[in-house]
Amino acid sequence: MNLAERILARAAGRNQVAAGEFVMAEVDLALLHDIFAAQVFDLLREVGVDRVSDPDRTVVVIDHLVPAPSTAAAELHQKIREHVERLGIGAFYDAGRGICHQLLPEQGHIRPGELVVGTDSHTTTYGALGAGGTGIGTSDMVYALATGRLWFRVPETIRFEMTGQLMSGVSWKDVILHLAGRFGSDGAQYRAMEFAGPAVAGADMSSRLTVSNMALEMGAKFGLFAADEVTDAYLRDHGGAGTEPFQPDPDATYEAVHEITLSDLEPQVALPHEVDRVSPVVEVEGITINQAFIGSCTNGRIEDLRAAAEVLAGKHIADGVRLLVAPASQAVLGEALETGVAASLVEAGASILAPGCGPCFGGHGGLLAPGERCIGTHNRNFIGRMGSAQAEIYLASPATVAAAALTGQITDPRHLEAPDGR
Amino acid sequence: MADDILKGRAWRLDHDISTDVLSPGAYAVDPVEVRKLHVLESVVPEFASEVKPGDMIVAGRNFGCGSSRETAAENLRALGVTCIVAESLSRLFMRNAIAVGLPALVCRDAHAAFTQGDEIQAHPGEGRIINVSSGLEFEADPLPEEMCRILAAGGILAMLKGQGVV
Repeated sequence: MNLAERILARAAGRNQVAAGEFVMAEVDLALLHDIFAAQVFDLLREVGVDRVSDPDRTVVVIDHLVPAPSTAAAELHQKIREHVERLGIGAFYDAGRGICHQLLPEQGHIRPGELVVGTDSHTTTYGALGAGGTGIGTSDMVYALATGRLWFRVPETIRFEMTGQLMSGVSWKDVILHLAGRFGSDGAQYRAMEFAGPAVAGADMSSRLTVSNMALEMGAKFGLFAADEVTDAYLRDHGGAGTEPFQPDPDATYEAVHEITLSDLEPQVALPHEVDRVSPVVEVEGITINQAFIGSCTNGRIEDLRAAAEVLAGKHIADGVRLLVAPASQAVLGEALETGVAASLVEAGASILAPGCGPCFGGHGGLLAPGERCIGTHNRNFIGRMGSAQAEIYLASPATVAAAALTGQITDPRHLEAPDGR
Repeated sequence: MADDILKGRAWRLDHDISTDVLSPGAYAVDPVEVRKLHVLESVVPEFASEVKPGDMIVAGRNFGCGSSRETAAENLRALGVTCIVAESLSRLFMRNAIAVGLPALVCRDAHAAFTQGDEIQAHPGEGRIINVSSGLEFEADPLPEEMCRILAAGGILAMLKGQGVV
């Protein structure tokens, strides 16, 4: 069995499952965030089940409307807190602690091989740790909380064999943008993506989280990495026991296997308004921007802030550009403060926002006017996502976004490395 | 519901219609009466005011891509849309549409053969789509039994209520 089959076989209490089958699976962990939590708990009551099947395996995070941008949002949060208290929810992260997809790995909730559902599409992020994370809607979440189970189709898997080494100035964000461009925004529709090969062993957990997060933007149900030494070390660093390797069986079958060479990959950018409209940055250099955004569950970790700070240190962003930085969690912000990363960013002209999702989903904080352009490290550039439908969103790596903030136009970060430090 | 024969008018939509245009983030926590007024406003501004109960959507590839928000499907249902036919559907949208009792069918050939406003007949249970205006008929992927059962119950919540839950 491949990783997706192993995960669903275990969850379904079966020795073997195969792609295409439908299974009823036990859910190991359920995640709800503030957009949907109150509604789900209300509905749970409405269907006559005023409890969750396993409070200790239910996590609630207030991260989207943070800090509350309206009275309605504040009231929503108040309702969530009441529900959490009443239902005895095991893990609750209130406003300001961070983005759910950062917090769950960081706080040790994710284990390789487990099945995790969340009321958020980017629940695929947990595939970075070898967990079967996937998004579901509110009705399905009500079902999962009421019964502890949910139906799943065992997906076909596409395996990506990665070889070679990334050039300096190129990151795993560029890799996943490249894959989206090459295979399309529905290139993995209904499928699991399995990331493997020698280059993957060299990818740190932060990079893996970025890749699994954006697997969803290719339509994937899961975006999976096998659990290895990197996973083991990450789990130990984040308050848990380590892990045995969790690998696909040697005779696992795949719908397709694609070999990807990383060595000649250049920095990439997704152009408006589709995530799969991807171009090497060099080909679109010079497009002026109004706003640069560094953050989100895709690229708001300390590694991302550091990559941006390295580009920006000792310099200042261009006139007319707003640089917004939203650390993915309080812990990330703390580390950015301790290590001087935050100071570098602020001295370069950045506004630091509270850890949360606001700008990325166009909820609040950094919305765009008609005709404005934003380049960000997030995961979606759909029309109207960050405010006006006449605004444009470009997606890129933290280094590329920082480079654009510095020059006021889309810029290949490698072109800033001139000795005179332009 | 999966056994019904649905008749109505087709709204032909493009490829990659995302949940951000079906249910804009700015109205994420507003009630459905508000949310439904903003469906597709950034790409088909007249949709919410002109769509009629019984209308169906005939879309291109990757319909409903993006978020897990069930409101994308719920908004369409609230506007009276009775069926979605698309060249391909995002996994989450399909799952959510079924969960709210809205049939969503994958039919590779229909999109190219419909124009805006064509009369359409859909047989979700049989996976049959007919363009009444042109007389052409198309086959959609059959819905798995699990999904038919949920549709027949009227959605996941109705099913849970009916079961008295485990």
